[in-house]
Amino acid sequence: MEISANTQVLAYLVSAALFILSLKGLTHPASARRGSFLGMIGMVIAIIATLIGGEVQSYGFIVVGVLTGAVIGGVLAACVQMTAMPQLVAALHSFVGMAAVLVAIGTFINRHAIGDLSAVLMSELSAGIVIGAITFSGSVIAFGKLQGLISGAPVRFVGQHALNAVIGVVTVLLAIHFAMSGSMFSLTVMVLLSFVLGFTLIIPIGGADMPVIISMLNSYSGWAAVATGFTLHNNLLIIVGALVGCSGAILSYIMCRAMNRSIINVVFGGFGSDAGGGPASAGAVAADKGVRSASVEDAIYWMEDANRVIVIPGYGMAVAQAQHALKELMELLEEKDVEVKFAIHPVAGRMPGHMNVLLAEADIPYDHAFEMDDINPEFASTDVVLVVGANDVVNPAARTDHSSPIYGMPIIDAGKAQHVYFLKRSMNPGYSGVDNLLFYQDNVSLIFGDAKDTIEGMVTALKGGGH
Amino acid sequence: MPDTLVALYVFVLACFIGYFVIWGVTPSLHTPLVALTNAISGIVIIGALLVTGAGEASGPAGIMGFFAVLLASINVFGGFLVTNRMLAMFKKKKK
Repeated sequence: MEISANTQVLAYLVSAALFILSLKGLTHPASARRGSFLGMIGMVIAIIATLIGGEVQSYGFIVVGVLTGAVIGGVLAACVQMTAMPQLVAALHSFVGMAAVLVAIGTFINRHAIGDLSAVLMSELSAGIVIGAITFSGSVIAFGKLQGLISGAPVRFVGQHALNAVIGVVTVLLAIHFAMSGSMFSLTVMVLLSFVLGFTLIIPIGGADMPVIISMLNSYSGWAAVATGFTLHNNLLIIVGALVGCSGAILSYIMCRAMNRSIINVVFGGFGSDAGGGPASAGAVAADKGVRSASVEDAIYWMEDANRVIVIPGYGMAVAQAQHALKELMELLEEKDVEVKFAIHPVAGRMPGHMNVLLAEADIPYDHAFEMDDINPEFASTDVVLVVGANDVVNPAARTDHSSPIYGMPIIDAGKAQHVYFLKRSMNPGYSGVDNLLFYQDNVSLIFGDAKDTIEGMVTALKGGGH
Repeated sequence: MPDTLVALYVFVLACFIGYFVIWGVTPSLHTPLVALTNAISGIVIIGALLVTGAGEASGPAGIMGFFAVLLASINVFGGFLVTNRMLAMFKKKKK
Protein backbone atom coordinates (compact mmCIF):
# COMPACT_ATOMS: atom_id res chain seq x y z
CA MET A 1 0.00 0.00 0.00
CA GLU A 2 1.17 3.49 -0.73
CA ILE A 3 -0.52 6.75 0.18
CA SER A 4 -0.32 10.02 -1.72
CA ALA A 5 1.73 12.95 -0.49
CA ASN A 6 -1.47 14.79 0.43
CA THR A 7 -2.79 11.92 2.50
CA GLN A 8 0.54 11.75 4.26
CA VAL A 9 0.44 15.45 5.12
CA LEU A 10 -3.09 15.05 6.49
CA ALA A 11 -1.96 12.12 8.61
CA TYR A 12 0.85 14.33 9.96
CA LEU A 13 -1.73 16.98 10.83
CA VAL A 14 -3.76 14.46 12.83
CA SER A 15 -0.56 13.37 14.51
CA ALA A 16 0.41 16.97 15.40
CA ALA A 17 -3.03 17.56 16.92
CA LEU A 18 -2.68 14.38 18.99
CA PHE A 19 0.70 15.54 20.33
CA ILE A 20 -0.79 18.87 21.40
CA LEU A 21 -3.66 17.08 23.16
CA SER A 22 -1.12 14.73 24.69
CA LEU A 23 0.72 17.59 26.40
CA LYS A 24 -2.58 19.18 27.31
CA GLY A 25 -3.38 15.97 29.20
CA LEU A 26 -0.66 16.76 31.73
CA THR A 27 -2.77 19.62 33.04
CA HIS A 28 -4.00 17.23 35.73
CA PRO A 29 -2.82 13.85 37.02
CA ALA A 30 -6.27 12.40 36.30
CA SER A 31 -6.03 13.10 32.57
CA ALA A 32 -2.29 12.52 32.23
CA ARG A 33 -2.37 8.86 31.27
CA ARG A 34 -4.86 9.52 28.53
CA GLY A 35 -2.51 12.28 27.37
CA SER A 36 0.41 9.91 27.13
CA PHE A 37 -1.77 7.44 25.26
CA LEU A 38 -2.78 10.09 22.69
CA GLY A 39 0.90 10.88 22.19
CA MET A 40 1.61 7.23 21.46
CA ILE A 41 -1.19 7.12 18.87
CA GLY A 42 0.18 10.30 17.30
CA MET A 43 3.62 8.73 17.05
CA VAL A 44 2.28 5.51 15.50
CA ILE A 45 0.28 7.48 12.90
CA ALA A 46 3.31 9.60 12.02
CA ILE A 47 5.62 6.62 11.63
CA ILE A 48 3.18 4.58 9.54
CA ALA A 49 2.35 7.56 7.32
CA THR A 50 6.06 8.04 6.70
CA LEU A 51 6.75 4.39 5.97
CA ILE A 52 3.97 4.03 3.39
CA GLY A 53 4.41 7.49 1.90
CA GLY A 54 6.40 6.44 -1.14
CA GLU A 55 9.69 8.11 -0.18
CA VAL A 56 10.79 5.11 1.83
CA GLN A 57 11.91 2.38 -0.51
CA SER A 58 14.02 0.02 1.54
CA TYR A 59 12.99 -1.35 4.91
CA GLY A 60 15.83 -3.60 6.07
CA PHE A 61 17.84 -1.08 8.08
CA ILE A 62 14.66 0.51 9.37
CA VAL A 63 13.17 -2.66 10.83
CA VAL A 64 16.42 -3.62 12.53
CA GLY A 65 16.93 -0.07 13.83
CA VAL A 66 13.43 0.28 15.24
CA LEU A 67 13.43 -3.15 16.87
CA THR A 68 16.85 -2.66 18.46
CA GLY A 69 15.80 0.79 19.65
CA ALA A 70 12.58 -0.62 21.07
CA VAL A 71 14.44 -3.25 23.08
CA ILE A 72 17.03 -0.79 24.43
CA GLY A 73 14.40 1.85 25.18
CA GLY A 74 12.12 -0.69 26.82
CA VAL A 75 14.85 -2.03 29.06
CA LEU A 76 15.99 1.46 30.06
CA ALA A 77 12.45 2.56 30.87
CA ALA A 78 11.65 -0.58 32.84
CA CYS A 79 14.84 -0.65 34.89
CA VAL A 80 15.49 2.98 35.74
CA GLN A 81 15.15 4.00 39.37
CA MET A 82 13.01 7.05 40.01
CA THR A 83 15.97 8.74 41.70
CA ALA A 84 17.93 8.20 38.48
CA MET A 85 15.27 9.77 36.26
CA PRO A 86 17.41 12.88 35.56
CA GLN A 87 20.18 10.67 34.15
CA LEU A 88 17.78 8.79 31.89
CA VAL A 89 16.32 12.04 30.63
CA ALA A 90 19.81 13.42 29.93
CA ALA A 91 20.69 10.25 28.01
CA LEU A 92 17.51 10.48 25.95
CA HIS A 93 18.21 14.14 25.17
CA SER A 94 21.61 13.18 23.86
CA PHE A 95 20.04 10.59 21.54
CA VAL A 96 17.69 13.17 20.01
CA GLY A 97 20.63 15.50 19.47
CA MET A 98 22.74 12.81 17.83
CA ALA A 99 19.82 11.62 15.69
CA ALA A 100 19.33 15.19 14.45
CA VAL A 101 23.02 15.44 13.49
CA LEU A 102 22.92 12.09 11.67
CA VAL A 103 19.72 12.99 9.83
CA ALA A 104 21.19 16.30 8.71
CA ILE A 105 24.43 14.78 7.45
CA GLY A 106 22.58 11.84 5.87
CA THR A 107 20.23 14.25 4.10
CA PHE A 108 23.23 16.20 2.84
CA ILE A 109 24.81 13.05 1.43
CA ASN A 110 21.55 11.91 -0.21
CA ARG A 111 20.85 15.31 -1.74
CA HIS A 112 24.45 15.69 -2.79
CA ALA A 113 24.17 12.38 -4.66
CA ILE A 114 21.26 13.66 -6.76
CA GLY A 115 22.68 17.18 -7.06
CA ASP A 116 19.74 18.78 -5.25
CA LEU A 117 21.38 21.26 -2.87
CA SER A 118 20.69 24.91 -2.25
CA ALA A 119 22.11 27.56 0.06
CA VAL A 120 18.83 27.66 2.00
CA LEU A 121 18.83 23.90 2.47
CA MET A 122 22.45 23.88 3.55
CA SER A 123 21.92 26.64 6.11
CA GLU A 124 18.98 24.66 7.51
CA LEU A 125 21.19 21.58 7.61
CA SER A 126 23.85 23.55 9.44
CA ALA A 127 21.34 24.69 12.05
CA GLY A 128 20.27 21.08 12.59
CA ILE A 129 23.85 19.93 12.94
CA VAL A 130 24.95 22.70 15.30
CA ILE A 131 21.92 22.50 17.61
CA GLY A 132 21.89 18.71 17.51
CA ALA A 133 25.58 18.42 18.30
CA ILE A 134 25.39 20.90 21.18
CA THR A 135 22.40 18.98 22.55
CA PHE A 136 24.32 15.72 22.25
CA SER A 137 27.60 16.62 23.91
CA GLY A 138 25.90 18.89 26.46
CA SER A 139 23.61 16.03 27.47
CA VAL A 140 26.51 13.61 27.70
CA ILE A 141 28.19 15.98 30.15
CA ALA A 142 24.95 16.40 32.09
CA PHE A 143 24.58 12.62 32.22
CA GLY A 144 28.15 12.25 33.47
CA LYS A 145 27.60 14.83 36.19
CA LEU A 146 24.32 13.31 37.34
CA GLN A 147 25.66 9.78 37.28
CA GLY A 148 28.73 10.88 39.22
CA LEU A 149 31.09 9.87 36.41
CA ILE A 150 32.51 13.37 36.46
CA SER A 151 32.42 15.95 39.22
CA GLY A 152 29.03 17.60 39.55
CA ALA A 153 30.68 20.84 40.57
CA PRO A 154 30.92 23.66 38.05
CA VAL A 155 34.21 23.58 36.18
CA ARG A 156 35.50 27.06 35.47
CA PHE A 157 38.70 28.50 34.15
CA VAL A 158 40.01 31.84 33.05
CA GLY A 159 38.87 32.97 29.63
CA GLN A 160 36.09 30.39 29.54
CA HIS A 161 33.45 32.73 28.16
CA ALA A 162 35.88 34.16 25.63
CA LEU A 163 36.70 30.63 24.48
CA ASN A 164 33.00 29.79 24.10
CA ALA A 165 32.42 32.99 22.18
CA VAL A 166 35.32 32.24 19.82
CA ILE A 167 34.13 28.67 19.19
CA GLY A 168 30.59 29.94 18.65
CA VAL A 169 31.63 32.61 16.15
CA VAL A 170 33.93 30.26 14.22
CA THR A 171 31.13 27.66 14.07
CA VAL A 172 28.71 30.22 12.63
CA LEU A 173 31.31 31.37 10.07
CA LEU A 174 31.90 27.76 9.03
CA ALA A 175 28.16 27.24 8.70
CA ILE A 176 27.92 30.27 6.41
CA HIS A 177 30.87 29.07 4.36
CA PHE A 178 29.35 25.59 4.11
CA ALA A 179 25.98 27.00 3.00
CA MET A 180 27.64 29.10 0.30
CA SER A 181 30.14 26.53 -0.98
CA GLY A 182 29.07 23.07 0.18
CA SER A 183 32.64 22.55 1.37
CA MET A 184 33.09 19.19 3.08
CA PHE A 185 35.97 20.61 5.09
CA SER A 186 33.78 23.35 6.59
CA LEU A 187 31.09 20.78 7.31
CA THR A 188 33.48 18.46 9.14
CA VAL A 189 35.08 21.19 11.24
CA MET A 190 31.66 22.67 12.00
CA VAL A 191 30.41 19.30 13.27
CA LEU A 192 33.46 18.85 15.49
CA LEU A 193 33.36 22.40 16.87
CA SER A 194 29.65 22.05 17.65
CA PHE A 195 30.38 18.97 19.75
CA VAL A 196 33.11 20.89 21.57
CA LEU A 197 30.76 23.81 22.14
CA GLY A 198 28.13 21.60 23.81
CA PHE A 199 30.86 20.38 26.13
CA THR A 200 32.25 23.80 27.01
CA LEU A 201 28.79 25.33 27.46
CA ILE A 202 27.57 22.76 29.99
CA ILE A 203 30.76 21.97 31.90
CA PRO A 204 30.71 25.26 33.88
CA ILE A 205 27.15 24.65 35.09
CA GLY A 206 26.49 22.24 37.89
CA GLY A 207 25.56 21.82 41.51
CA ALA A 208 22.24 23.40 42.33
CA ASP A 209 21.63 24.34 38.70
CA MET A 210 21.10 20.75 37.55
CA PRO A 211 17.32 21.22 37.12
CA VAL A 212 18.01 24.17 34.82
CA ILE A 213 20.48 22.17 32.72
CA ILE A 214 17.97 19.37 32.28
CA SER A 215 15.29 21.83 31.21
CA MET A 216 17.65 23.70 28.88
CA LEU A 217 18.78 20.54 27.13
CA ASN A 218 15.15 19.48 26.88
CA SER A 219 14.55 22.73 25.07
CA TYR A 220 17.60 22.29 22.80
CA SER A 221 16.42 18.81 21.77
CA GLY A 222 13.15 20.41 20.64
CA TRP A 223 14.91 23.10 18.61
CA ALA A 224 17.08 20.38 17.03
CA ALA A 225 13.87 18.68 15.84
CA VAL A 226 12.63 22.03 14.50
CA ALA A 227 15.82 22.50 12.48
CA THR A 228 15.44 18.98 11.09
CA GLY A 229 11.86 19.86 10.15
CA PHE A 230 13.02 22.94 8.24
CA THR A 231 15.61 20.84 6.42
CA LEU A 232 13.07 18.24 5.34
CA HIS A 233 10.18 20.71 4.89
CA ASN A 234 8.27 18.60 7.34
CA ASN A 235 5.72 20.60 9.32
CA LEU A 236 5.08 17.82 11.80
CA LEU A 237 8.70 17.92 12.93
CA ILE A 238 8.52 21.70 13.18
CA ILE A 239 5.34 21.65 15.27
CA VAL A 240 6.49 18.91 17.63
CA GLY A 241 9.95 20.45 17.93
CA ALA A 242 8.42 23.80 18.80
CA LEU A 243 6.22 22.22 21.48
CA VAL A 244 9.21 20.49 23.05
CA GLY A 245 11.40 23.56 22.69
CA CYS A 246 8.81 25.74 24.42
CA SER A 247 8.33 23.18 27.13
CA GLY A 248 12.02 23.13 27.98
CA ALA A 249 12.28 26.90 27.78
CA ILE A 250 9.33 27.41 30.12
CA LEU A 251 10.67 24.86 32.59
CA SER A 252 14.07 26.61 32.52
CA TYR A 253 12.32 29.89 33.24
CA ILE A 254 10.32 28.38 36.12
CA MET A 255 13.48 26.84 37.62
CA CYS A 256 15.40 30.11 37.33
CA ARG A 257 12.55 32.07 38.86
CA ALA A 258 12.48 29.62 41.77
CA MET A 259 16.12 30.49 42.43
CA ASN A 260 15.69 34.20 41.71
CA ARG A 261 18.33 34.02 39.01
CA SER A 262 18.32 34.90 35.36
CA ILE A 263 19.04 32.27 32.74
CA ILE A 264 22.09 34.32 31.72
CA ASN A 265 23.32 34.11 35.28
CA VAL A 266 22.87 30.33 35.33
CA VAL A 267 24.57 29.78 31.99
CA PHE A 268 27.54 31.96 32.80
CA GLY A 269 27.43 32.00 36.59
CA GLY A 270 28.62 28.66 37.90
CA PHE A 271 26.93 28.28 41.25
CA GLY A 272 27.26 25.83 44.09
CA SER A 273 29.39 22.78 44.53
CA ASP A 274 29.13 19.16 45.43
CA ALA A 275 30.53 19.80 48.89
CA GLY A 276 31.68 16.57 50.46
CA GLY A 277 32.96 16.15 53.97
CA GLY A 278 32.34 13.53 56.59
CA PRO A 279 29.42 13.45 58.96
CA ALA A 280 31.80 12.47 61.75
CA SER A 281 31.80 15.38 64.12
CA ALA A 282 28.47 16.80 63.13
CA GLY A 283 27.17 16.98 66.66
CA ALA A 284 30.27 18.69 67.96
CA VAL A 285 30.28 21.28 65.20
CA ALA A 286 26.62 21.88 65.85
CA ALA A 287 27.13 22.42 69.55
CA ASP A 288 29.93 24.89 68.86
CA LYS A 289 27.67 26.94 66.71
CA GLY A 290 24.85 27.00 69.26
CA VAL A 291 22.58 24.72 67.33
CA ARG A 292 20.18 22.42 69.16
CA SER A 293 20.20 18.78 68.32
CA ALA A 294 17.20 16.65 69.17
CA SER A 295 16.36 12.98 69.35
CA VAL A 296 13.73 11.02 67.49
CA GLU A 297 11.68 10.85 70.68
CA ASP A 298 11.58 14.64 70.98
CA ALA A 299 10.13 14.95 67.52
CA ILE A 300 7.64 12.14 68.08
CA TYR A 301 6.47 13.77 71.29
CA TRP A 302 5.28 16.83 69.40
CA MET A 303 4.12 15.03 66.28
CA GLU A 304 1.77 12.60 68.02
CA ASP A 305 -0.51 15.30 69.34
CA ALA A 306 -0.11 17.69 66.44
CA ASN A 307 -2.95 18.86 64.28
CA ARG A 308 -0.78 19.26 61.25
CA VAL A 309 2.69 18.05 60.25
CA ILE A 310 4.34 19.34 57.09
CA VAL A 311 7.23 17.49 55.50
CA ILE A 312 9.67 19.41 53.29
CA PRO A 313 11.60 16.95 51.14
CA GLY A 314 14.81 17.76 49.29
CA TYR A 315 17.34 15.86 47.27
CA GLY A 316 18.72 14.38 50.50
CA MET A 317 15.48 12.40 50.82
CA ALA A 318 16.14 10.84 47.42
CA VAL A 319 19.75 10.05 48.29
CA ALA A 320 18.69 8.36 51.51
CA GLN A 321 15.73 6.66 49.74
CA ALA A 322 13.64 7.85 52.66
CA GLN A 323 10.37 8.33 50.76
CA HIS A 324 9.01 4.87 51.59
CA ALA A 325 9.67 5.32 55.28
CA LEU A 326 8.00 8.73 55.05
CA LYS A 327 4.90 7.12 53.65
CA GLU A 328 4.72 4.77 56.61
CA LEU A 329 5.19 7.69 58.97
CA MET A 330 2.42 9.57 57.16
CA GLU A 331 0.01 6.67 57.55
CA LEU A 332 0.75 6.20 61.24
CA LEU A 333 0.25 9.91 61.89
CA GLU A 334 -2.96 9.98 59.89
CA GLU A 335 -4.27 7.13 62.01
CA LYS A 336 -3.77 9.44 64.97
CA ASP A 337 -5.75 12.13 63.13
CA VAL A 338 -2.72 14.22 62.37
CA GLU A 339 -2.94 15.98 59.02
CA VAL A 340 0.22 15.33 56.98
CA LYS A 341 1.20 17.48 54.02
CA PHE A 342 4.25 17.75 51.82
CA ALA A 343 5.65 21.12 50.75
CA ILE A 344 7.55 21.07 47.48
CA HIS A 345 9.94 23.77 46.36
CA PRO A 346 10.19 24.04 42.56
CA VAL A 347 13.94 23.36 42.53
CA ALA A 348 13.96 20.55 45.07
CA GLY A 349 15.72 17.58 43.51
CA ARG A 350 17.72 17.30 40.32
CA MET A 351 15.02 17.97 37.77
CA PRO A 352 11.68 19.77 37.60
CA GLY A 353 9.02 17.91 39.59
CA HIS A 354 11.51 15.30 40.82
CA MET A 355 10.14 15.25 44.39
CA ASN A 356 6.58 14.69 43.24
CA VAL A 357 7.61 11.59 41.32
CA LEU A 358 9.58 10.20 44.26
CA LEU A 359 6.61 10.74 46.59
CA ALA A 360 4.29 9.17 44.03
CA GLU A 361 6.66 6.23 43.79
CA ALA A 362 6.26 5.67 47.52
CA ASP A 363 2.47 5.67 47.06
CA ILE A 364 2.00 9.02 48.75
CA PRO A 365 -1.17 10.40 47.12
CA TYR A 366 -0.49 13.37 44.87
CA ASP A 367 -3.09 15.47 46.61
CA HIS A 368 -0.87 15.46 49.70
CA ALA A 369 1.88 17.37 47.90
CA PHE A 370 1.59 21.14 47.73
CA GLU A 371 3.46 23.83 45.89
CA MET A 372 5.41 26.36 47.89
CA ASP A 373 3.09 29.32 47.29
CA ASP A 374 -0.01 27.31 48.15
CA ILE A 375 1.25 25.94 51.42
CA ASN A 376 3.33 28.82 52.77
CA PRO A 377 0.39 30.53 54.54
CA GLU A 378 -0.24 27.34 56.53
CA PHE A 379 3.07 27.17 58.36
CA ALA A 380 2.08 29.70 61.03
CA SER A 381 -0.66 27.30 62.14
CA THR A 382 1.43 24.15 61.81
CA ASP A 383 2.70 22.24 64.82
CA VAL A 384 5.63 20.32 63.43
CA VAL A 385 7.74 20.64 60.30
CA LEU A 386 10.14 17.91 59.19
CA VAL A 387 12.82 19.07 56.78
CA VAL A 388 14.11 15.93 55.11
CA GLY A 389 17.29 16.46 53.13
CA ALA A 390 16.48 20.02 52.13
CA ASN A 391 18.40 23.10 53.18
CA ASP A 392 18.66 26.18 50.98
CA VAL A 393 14.95 26.15 50.15
CA VAL A 394 14.05 26.95 53.77
CA ASN A 395 16.94 29.30 54.54
CA PRO A 396 15.66 32.70 55.72
CA ALA A 397 18.95 34.24 54.57
CA ALA A 398 17.28 34.32 51.17
CA ARG A 399 15.01 37.02 52.62
CA THR A 400 17.21 38.86 55.07
CA ASP A 401 20.85 38.65 54.05
CA HIS A 402 21.55 40.92 51.09
CA SER A 403 25.05 39.55 50.73
CA SER A 404 23.95 35.91 50.54
CA PRO A 405 24.25 34.19 47.16
CA ILE A 406 20.72 32.88 47.60
CA TYR A 407 19.29 36.31 48.45
CA GLY A 408 15.96 36.83 46.74
CA MET A 409 15.23 33.15 46.23
CA PRO A 410 11.64 32.36 47.21
CA ILE A 411 11.69 30.02 50.22
CA ILE A 412 9.33 27.74 52.09
CA ASP A 413 8.22 29.36 55.37
CA ALA A 414 9.26 26.40 57.54
CA GLY A 415 10.55 28.64 60.33
CA LYS A 416 7.05 29.92 61.15
CA ALA A 417 5.89 26.56 62.50
CA GLN A 418 5.85 25.70 66.21
CA HIS A 419 8.60 23.10 65.99
CA VAL A 420 10.98 22.50 63.13
CA TYR A 421 13.15 19.39 62.88
CA PHE A 422 15.91 19.14 60.31
CA LEU A 423 16.89 15.60 59.40
CA LYS A 424 20.53 15.99 58.44
CA ARG A 425 23.55 13.83 58.06
CA SER A 426 25.95 16.57 58.98
CA MET A 427 26.39 20.28 59.43
CA ASN A 428 27.52 20.64 55.82
CA PRO A 429 25.69 23.48 54.17
CA GLY A 430 23.46 22.97 51.13
CA TYR A 431 24.46 23.24 47.51
CA SER A 432 24.85 26.97 47.72
CA GLY A 433 27.47 26.60 50.44
CA VAL A 434 25.49 29.04 52.59
CA ASP A 435 25.00 28.61 56.31
CA ASN A 436 21.33 28.12 57.18
CA LEU A 437 20.12 30.87 59.53
CA LEU A 438 17.14 28.73 60.48
CA PHE A 439 19.38 26.43 62.53
CA TYR A 440 19.85 29.16 65.12
CA GLN A 441 16.17 29.89 65.60
CA ASP A 442 14.65 28.90 68.97
CA ASN A 443 12.01 26.57 67.57
CA VAL A 444 14.44 24.64 65.38
CA SER A 445 16.38 21.47 66.20
CA LEU A 446 18.51 19.13 64.17
CA ILE A 447 18.25 15.35 64.22
CA PHE A 448 21.55 13.98 62.96
CA GLY A 449 21.78 10.75 61.06
CA ASP A 450 20.67 9.10 57.87
CA ALA A 451 17.21 10.43 56.98
CA LYS A 452 15.85 6.97 56.29
CA ASP A 453 17.10 5.56 59.62
CA THR A 454 15.72 8.55 61.47
CA ILE A 455 12.29 8.25 59.94
CA GLU A 456 12.23 4.51 60.45
CA GLY A 457 13.11 5.25 64.07
CA MET A 458 10.09 7.55 64.26
CA VAL A 459 7.89 4.86 62.74
CA THR A 460 9.08 2.30 65.29
CA ALA A 461 8.56 4.75 68.13
CA LEU A 462 5.06 5.57 66.96
CA LYS A 463 4.16 1.90 66.57
CA GLY A 464 5.47 1.27 70.04
CA GLY A 465 2.94 3.86 71.16
CA GLY A 466 2.90 4.00 74.93
CA HIS A 467 3.83 7.66 75.38
CA MET B 1 4.69 31.73 -0.64
CA PRO B 2 7.98 29.80 -0.58
CA ASP B 3 8.07 26.58 1.43
CA THR B 4 10.54 27.96 3.93
CA LEU B 5 8.23 30.87 4.76
CA VAL B 6 5.29 28.51 5.21
CA ALA B 7 7.48 26.50 7.56
CA LEU B 8 8.28 29.68 9.46
CA TYR B 9 4.55 30.44 9.86
CA VAL B 10 3.94 26.95 11.18
CA PHE B 11 6.90 27.24 13.55
CA VAL B 12 5.86 30.56 15.08
CA LEU B 13 2.25 29.50 15.54
CA ALA B 14 3.33 26.19 17.06
CA CYS B 15 5.47 28.10 19.56
CA PHE B 16 2.38 30.00 20.69
CA ILE B 17 0.45 26.76 21.13
CA GLY B 18 3.37 25.30 23.05
CA TYR B 19 3.55 28.35 25.28
CA PHE B 20 -0.07 28.19 26.33
CA VAL B 21 -0.29 24.41 26.64
CA ILE B 22 2.88 24.06 28.69
CA TRP B 23 1.98 26.81 31.16
CA GLY B 24 -1.15 24.78 31.86
CA VAL B 25 0.82 21.73 32.97
CA THR B 26 0.62 21.18 36.71
CA PRO B 27 4.03 21.50 38.42
CA SER B 28 3.62 18.13 40.10
CA LEU B 29 3.81 16.55 36.64
CA HIS B 30 6.92 18.39 35.47
CA THR B 31 9.08 15.25 35.51
CA PRO B 32 6.56 13.29 33.41
CA LEU B 33 6.38 16.36 31.17
CA VAL B 34 10.11 16.19 30.53
CA ALA B 35 9.85 12.45 29.86
CA LEU B 36 6.87 12.89 27.55
CA THR B 37 8.53 15.68 25.58
CA ASN B 38 11.52 13.35 25.38
CA ALA B 39 9.33 10.70 23.85
CA ILE B 40 7.66 12.98 21.34
CA SER B 41 10.94 14.63 20.34
CA GLY B 42 11.70 11.13 19.13
CA ILE B 43 9.63 12.40 16.18
CA VAL B 44 13.01 13.01 14.51
CA ILE B 45 12.56 9.33 13.69
CA ILE B 46 10.53 10.61 10.72
CA GLY B 47 13.63 12.32 9.36
CA ALA B 48 15.68 9.23 10.13
CA LEU B 49 13.24 6.99 8.25
CA LEU B 50 13.33 9.29 5.23
CA VAL B 51 17.13 9.32 5.17
CA THR B 52 17.44 5.56 5.65
CA GLY B 53 14.72 4.51 3.26
CA ALA B 54 15.49 6.94 0.45
CA GLY B 55 16.19 5.22 -2.86
CA GLU B 56 19.55 6.89 -3.22
CA ALA B 57 20.60 6.01 0.33
CA SER B 58 23.50 3.66 0.28
CA GLY B 59 26.86 3.54 1.98
CA PRO B 60 27.43 6.30 4.55
CA ALA B 61 23.96 7.87 4.36
CA GLY B 62 22.31 4.51 4.93
CA ILE B 63 24.49 3.83 7.95
CA MET B 64 23.87 7.27 9.43
CA GLY B 65 20.18 6.80 8.84
CA PHE B 66 20.27 3.44 10.55
CA PHE B 67 21.86 4.86 13.69
CA ALA B 68 19.47 7.81 13.64
CA VAL B 69 16.52 5.39 13.47
CA LEU B 70 18.01 3.39 16.32
CA LEU B 71 18.61 6.39 18.60
CA ALA B 72 15.27 8.01 17.83
CA SER B 73 13.37 4.81 18.50
CA ILE B 74 15.12 4.43 21.86
CA ASN B 75 13.61 7.83 22.62
CA VAL B 76 10.18 6.94 21.38
CA PHE B 77 9.92 3.62 23.22
CA GLY B 78 11.93 4.56 26.29
CA GLY B 79 10.23 7.94 26.59
CA PHE B 80 6.65 6.73 26.38
CA LEU B 81 7.24 3.68 28.57
CA VAL B 82 8.91 5.61 31.34
CA THR B 83 6.23 8.32 31.15
CA ASN B 84 3.54 5.68 31.56
CA ARG B 85 5.45 4.08 34.39
CA MET B 86 5.59 7.38 36.24
CA LEU B 87 2.02 8.40 35.54
CA ALA B 88 0.79 5.05 36.84
CA MET B 89 2.22 6.03 40.23
CA PHE B 90 0.24 9.27 40.47
CA LYS B 91 -2.77 8.02 42.31
CA LYS B 92 -5.40 9.66 44.40
CA LYS B 93 -5.86 8.88 48.05
CA LYS B 94 -7.01 5.33 48.54
CA LYS B 95 -10.72 4.90 48.87
